[in-house]
Amino acid sequence: MNFTYYRRKITSAVMTGLSIASALVAVGVLAVVFIYTLMQGFGSLNLDFFIAMPAPVGESGGGMANALAGTGILIGLGSLIGLPTGIMAGIYLAEHGNNAFGNMVRFMADVLSGVPSIVVGVVAYVLVVLPMKHFSALAGGVALAILMIPTVTRTTEEMIRLVPGSYREAALALGIPRWKTTVRIILPAALKGITTGVLLSIARAAGETAPLLFTALGNRFWSTALDQPIASLTVFIYDYARAPFEEWNRQAWAAAFVLIALIFIISLVFRTVTRRQYAQR
Amino acid sequence: MHNDELMQTRTMNRPYTSSAPRGSSQSLSMLNPKMAVQGLNAYFGKTHALKDVALSVPEHQVLAIIGPSGCGKSTFLRSLNRMHEVAGGTMTGRISLDGEDILTYDPVVLRRRVGMVFQKANPFPTMSIFDNVAAGLKLNGIRNRKLLAEVVERSLQQAALWDEVKDSLGKSGVSLSGGQQQRLCIARTLAVEPEVVLMDEPASALDPISTAKIEELIYELKGRYTIAIVTHNMQQAARVSDFTAFFYLGELIEVGETKKMFTTPEKKQTEDYITGRFG
Repeated sequence: MNFTYYRRKITSAVMTGLSIASALVAVGVLAVVFIYTLMQGFGSLNLDFFIAMPAPVGESGGGMANALAGTGILIGLGSLIGLPTGIMAGIYLAEHGNNAFGNMVRFMADVLSGVPSIVVGVVAYVLVVLPMKHFSALAGGVALAILMIPTVTRTTEEMIRLVPGSYREAALALGIPRWKTTVRIILPAALKGITTGVLLSIARAAGETAPLLFTALGNRFWSTALDQPIASLTVFIYDYARAPFEEWNRQAWAAAFVLIALIFIISLVFRTVTRRQYAQR
Repeated sequence: MHNDELMQTRTMNRPYTSSAPRGSSQSLSMLNPKMAVQGLNAYFGKTHALKDVALSVPEHQVLAIIGPSGCGKSTFLRSLNRMHEVAGGTMTGRISLDGEDILTYDPVVLRRRVGMVFQKANPFPTMSIFDNVAAGLKLNGIRNRKLLAEVVERSLQQAALWDEVKDSLGKSGVSLSGGQQQRLCIARTLAVEPEVVLMDEPASALDPISTAKIEELIYELKGRYTIAIVTHNMQQAARVSDFTAFFYLGELIEVGETKKMFTTPEKKQTEDYITGRFG
């Protein structure tokens, strides 16, 4: 009797300890990555790094202004194509997707989200780069959009399904047409969750390198033209980390830190914005 | 959305062969039926939820619908504004509003004339108190702020909530207490000026004081609206209604003047249920 009691107490304490430790590991990894990249790249982090162009080979200093702008443009393009498609597909699946076609779309989205990103890059290469006959920001945007769509679709669907049916019923019983019920009642109620999904997909797209290698390619010069090759932070990191120059390696670390910080800031901004909207209305 | 399917499954001009109230009160048949139901059969998949029901909802009266759980009373109510089909149900038979078959209406138009209050208060969580009441009008394209403000005030007053919320119209609808939320939902329903108000156990999740307020409200509303209320609470049916219909296992057993139903019902099943011998 007593023995069982103590055994339970000990088991409980051990298990609680283990879960706390796991939580610390999960958070700790992020902290370690953050601090380590900062330490390695700190020397190269200065104003120039954000506003200057990469220095020519052999010269010191220089920055990655073109890569920063390029990543912004690529994410923008990917979002422009991927978010509306994904969100609307999610709405379709949640509201009208209880049929064979819906099941097929759902299955395809799940498969697509598991496709390696380099394969998506090859697809964008065939779909966009080959017809245009050269690498381009557009091709990179398409590749990122393809990566974003399944995540956004499935989270949107799940979040809409989580909205209690009683709101839909209340709206329909008021004589509000179904599409308006979806857009004005259901979507706002699911907004927070959908935002999280959008955020995850943007973060994922921002960190992709492989699909950009043979779509957007990279560019050592300033370019914002959508039909021309464009630089990006991830490809910048990839190139500079492999380079035989120590300064370039440090700049790659700095770029890595900037990329992580960027994703961190995007998350923070989105979260505060959606929280405020939710409470206000 | 399921109009076409419904039109097909529906049997036109079905002969009046129902388990209808033989002993229905004289005065019910004398009143103008705002909504009339004939030969109504309702299904959920293979489940036969309502069996050949014939019953009318008299104009400017309160009709209470009682019966044990699963007897089809909610399904009956939800057939009246075609919410039954939203949940994936089907029906055959004829339901009319002012003599016109409700299947000829666009459900959106029908539901503006036949409003509904649900068992659980369900104010829209992302909207303020004001916007909750105005939702039915706003989302149907009415933008005139003055008109909206008037309608919101009038509806909240009708729902006996105005004095409690008039200074906090911008606050979230879900910040109110349960009883207030339900009155908010009633105000929301009244704002679109329906002619019929269907209430599906509107007070079953509320405390006695809130319940009393809702009942008082129903009593006051009946001059202007036609009301059908489903309730599990027989005292409530006796207090608020002019007529009472008793459903059992999907069939309408008896309908009549409330006073008569609760004192001298004609059917033994009704008497057993009312006196608490089953159900």
